[in-house]
Amino acid sequence: MALENGTKSDLELDSKYGQIKAKLVKQLPLALRWLALIATTTAAIGMGLNKQSKTSVVAIVGTQPISQTFTAKFQQTPAFVYFVAANAVASFYNIMLVLLRPFFKGRENALWVHILDLVIMVIVATGAAATTSMAELGKDGNVHARWNPICDKFSAFCLHGGMALISSFVGTLDLFLLNIHSLVSLHRSVQGQQPVDPSV
Amino acid sequence: MSKALRSIFIFVRVGIAAACAVAAIIMATSHYSTNFFGITMEAKFQYTPSFKFFVIANAIASAYNLVVVFVPTGSPLSGLVIMCDTIVVMLLTGAMAATGAISELGKHGNAHAGWLPICNQIQAYCDHVSGSIISAFVGLIVFVLFMLYNIFKIVSLDLHACR
Repeated sequence: MALENGTKSDLELDSKYGQIKAKLVKQLPLALRWLALIATTTAAIGMGLNKQSKTSVVAIVGTQPISQTFTAKFQQTPAFVYFVAANAVASFYNIMLVLLRPFFKGRENALWVHILDLVIMVIVATGAAATTSMAELGKDGNVHARWNPICDKFSAFCLHGGMALISSFVGTLDLFLLNIHSLVSLHRSVQGQQPVDPSV
Repeated sequence: MSKALRSIFIFVRVGIAAACAVAAIIMATSHYSTNFFGITMEAKFQYTPSFKFFVIANAIASAYNLVVVFVPTGSPLSGLVIMCDTIVVMLLTGAMAATGAISELGKHGNAHAGWLPICNQIQAYCDHVSGSIISAFVGLIVFVLFMLYNIFKIVSLDLHACR
């Protein structure tokens, strides 16, 4: 392949440092893709299995205490349901891309991967944003609407949800970096500097 | 690029800026109070962090679109503009998602957490906020479509040349 600044790149690639650096840069999209896969799967599973029950005494009739079980599940909040669905879709997409890697070489496929990456990133980001707002509400409550916080009573529920949320943020960041990588790669291939490097 | 096409793009950008500015202004002017059972209930957008984020994100998107109108086509800044477009779209979608979650909660409440809906008490506030959300949604959809068109345009220039 003929490079624009051919002599400089040849000198760079000859050194061992240049070779190692080129190899690492080539593996960067795959590493980011694996990281995004792990992060979104962790987020989906972490929030999907999020449940905490608490039994407390609500009344005493005569000498007999009546206890009731209060359960906090992720299904009770639409934002958390959307979060699980969004991260499940993203992890399925990432799994598919990692498994079908040999089929995605070429410029048209790189463009499709870029567009789909953008869509999936937006889906995961909106799930994370909605869940963050609900989590902030659950942690601090809202005095003006008379909504009491629940994290003091269901601390394990809040902790697990927080871990899943952090994992989802990591996945969003990874997908964003993959987007930037494919954008730069497509831009460079258009200018004729080098062939496109699909972000799979 | 022909003058007509350039003026259409300027028009789209200014339209997006206008939609986002309208959304931010409408949300920022939402302030209602009501009396029920002798209790005064006040609703302002500052009481909810998601709504504050919504106002800030739409203000940033509006200012960004107005600034980007002055970038000449084909200059090296165009690539940077597409990247910044992605970032601003992400900001807007995050704000929309957070605001949507809180709005759904205000409309339906959450029986399991003991949170009562507030739209029954202050209907005017909910209508006001939903108007702002609609305007921001329109701006966001147009922005996303425009950004996708820009990406396709950049790449297909060379695809056509290679065939």
